[in-house]
Amino acid sequence: MTNPTPSLYAARLPIFPRRVSGYFRRLKWALMFVMLGIYYVTPWLRWNRGPDMPDQAVLIDMANRRFYFFMIEIWPHEFYFVAGMLVMAGLALFLFTAALGRVWCGYACPQTVWTDLFILVERWIEGDRNARVRLHQAPWDAHKWRLRITKWLAWLVIGLLTGGAWVFYFTDAPGLLADLATFSAPPVAWITIAILTATTFVFGGFMREQVCIYMCPWPRIQAAMMDEDTLTVAYRDWRGEPRGKGLRRRAAAAGADVTVRAAGPQIGKRSPVIPMPGRPSGLTAPAPSQVKGDCIDCNACVNVCPMGIDIRDGQQMACITCALCIDACDEVMQKTGQPRGLIDYIALSDAPKEAAGEPPRSVWRHVLRVRNLVYAVLWTGIGLALVFALFLRPMVEMTVAPVRNPTHVTLADGTIRNAYEVRVRNKRGEDRTFDLSLDQDGLRITVEGSAGDRIAVPADAQAQVRVYVDAPAGSAFATNARGDLRLWVTDPATGERAVVDTNFTGEDWK
Amino acid sequence: MTTHDDDTEVGTTGHNWDGIQELNNPLPRWWLWTLYATIAWGVVYTVLFPAWPLVSGATSGLLGWSTRGAVAEEIAAVEAAQSDLRADLVATELTALPADAALHGFAVQAGASLFANNCAQCHGAGAAGSVGYPNLLDDDWLWGGQIGQIAATIRHGIRNSEDPDAHYSEMPAFGDILTGAEIDTLVGHLRLLSTGADPLAGPGGQLFSDNCAACHGTDARGDPEIGAPDLGDAIWLYGRDTAALTRTIRQARFGVMPAWGARLGEADVRALAAYVHQLGGGEATGAE
Repeated sequence: MTNPTPSLYAARLPIFPRRVSGYFRRLKWALMFVMLGIYYVTPWLRWNRGPDMPDQAVLIDMANRRFYFFMIEIWPHEFYFVAGMLVMAGLALFLFTAALGRVWCGYACPQTVWTDLFILVERWIEGDRNARVRLHQAPWDAHKWRLRITKWLAWLVIGLLTGGAWVFYFTDAPGLLADLATFSAPPVAWITIAILTATTFVFGGFMREQVCIYMCPWPRIQAAMMDEDTLTVAYRDWRGEPRGKGLRRRAAAAGADVTVRAAGPQIGKRSPVIPMPGRPSGLTAPAPSQVKGDCIDCNACVNVCPMGIDIRDGQQMACITCALCIDACDEVMQKTGQPRGLIDYIALSDAPKEAAGEPPRSVWRHVLRVRNLVYAVLWTGIGLALVFALFLRPMVEMTVAPVRNPTHVTLADGTIRNAYEVRVRNKRGEDRTFDLSLDQDGLRITVEGSAGDRIAVPADAQAQVRVYVDAPAGSAFATNARGDLRLWVTDPATGERAVVDTNFTGEDWK
Repeated sequence: MTTHDDDTEVGTTGHNWDGIQELNNPLPRWWLWTLYATIAWGVVYTVLFPAWPLVSGATSGLLGWSTRGAVAEEIAAVEAAQSDLRADLVATELTALPADAALHGFAVQAGASLFANNCAQCHGAGAAGSVGYPNLLDDDWLWGGQIGQIAATIRHGIRNSEDPDAHYSEMPAFGDILTGAEIDTLVGHLRLLSTGADPLAGPGGQLFSDNCAACHGTDARGDPEIGAPDLGDAIWLYGRDTAALTRTIRQARFGVMPAWGARLGEADVRALAAYVHQLGGGEATGAE
């Protein structure tokens, strides 16, 4: 065969996924219902935090620099909780990918979930695969325009609801809804809704698998996280081949091809030949045969695939492991009276065993391997640490920065004064007044702007005050270059307190 | 160079690493469109905004936008936003200012910025002063430490020729009046005052009474009305050691401060007064 002139650019080939029913389809409907439900309902949940605090259960309050999640409130300096959760999310991704392959891509990724929803709407309006293929090929008459415009409008409404739900996470949802309804919402709300509506509309309606194949880095990273024990969607080619149709092509290719590919255990034909040291190949090249395999080459697996690929070609970057081909093939196997699972979740290491007629290892043997256990232990450890940190957080915090320009001031009566910038965080939902005290006799402490030593901090806020510590002339603190000092801030009502060690600079030239 | 991969029916680049071939898949066409879209965007952008370099300057863009204009707009917006507060600041009685938390907070913030720009050159960024330049953090004030007195000092300045209302006082140079021995005696006497000695005791006390008490008072506590420093406290503008005191008495030393009222305007003067007053030594109104 001569080389075709390579084309630099290729147009997208439209994909018309057929409706399918089965175990994984039902699972995906349920997951879609739960995940979209969480996304749309969460901003409307209320949570009472007291009269001065927002009552939205989940709120990312950028303007006031707070993050609320039910009983948890995160201040900016506690961002390590968010960092910890990102680390946990990363480890969870490692764990799930090592155990179940691209299960995130296939079930939980917003691109997958919304594309699924868009295809559902498309099917309601334009019909199933065959009707859509016919419509695609039909000329642009009134009927086609009507269906297309109906579909696009439905998509736009979904996109609008998607972008609309997003903005509610960032401010009081009922208030913003009222503002949106009366067209008095801030521009940033409209712009955000417009951008998310546009991206949802385009990514879910027109880009679909292009996002996964060309825009997302995840398919390219996943290979490093999977190994031969990872359960992933694959075709049992040793059972299916030769297919019911196209026997001659298979027979012609087999003699030269299969022996080379038997160098390592693998599923399908297209995956690269990976040498597996210490793991003898169980594959033997089957002789060209006229005995048909279980695959009747009905293309059901191809027709239901939202990515438009053929899983029988083996592991490939475009496969998001949505498992719909498993449902489609199981249906056909049932009809033809063959055992289910011609396409199934299979571990790569089981392929040579099964091909040689041995039973595969159990699913739990694959899942409960050291690598996955290490991920799970790390994930749990970080999670527990975060939970402990969460409940050990004090409700009052203080930082003390000694003023260094100048280090000390001589007052008229010879008193030596040191100044400190003191920040007190009141993390409760009510106004509080704290007593400031120190652990050294003979020193006087005053708060600038008040005659005493009390600091009033509004609810859920930080107060910054300048505090003076005065050492009488001739006292040890006044005449030593440096004295150690401990400041306490106490809530007389609850007894909660915070402590900071600092120091006092005296005049040591005498 | 290109060869062909039988399984994928796509050409390869000919690159081959340990049996792994690089397929020569075509780019999606929409990717090309995004390239064209960015080019179109770039052209429109450079037409609307300043972009293309010319011999002197650059094209100004159809929108007339400039960084300088943007800054001017921002400053104008801030000034407009602050105009009410600044009007309130001028209208409010200075003595009532510390009680008005919002206005006082604004005044202190504005004053801190003004201080860094206008005052820190002499008084220091931390307001600790230096030899000859008063420390504004302590509780000793040459011309009074109430907020109104501080504002008056800032507004009119000290011993300048530009403002007729500037504070003015001048100590004689006693090098022409007293003998060297008398000055030495007086210096020794003054050095004891901080430790609580009687200003009028002994021969030094006699010299003090004859020459100094008229301005500094018989109790040596000075007088802020005429800017006479308190000689009984621990704070010495030009130093307390013998050499510094001798020089002060012989030559007489005094500093000059510009009048800031005309330069900054009343709102800024009041903001500065509020800032300086809350640095630690500000006196309550009616304390004296």
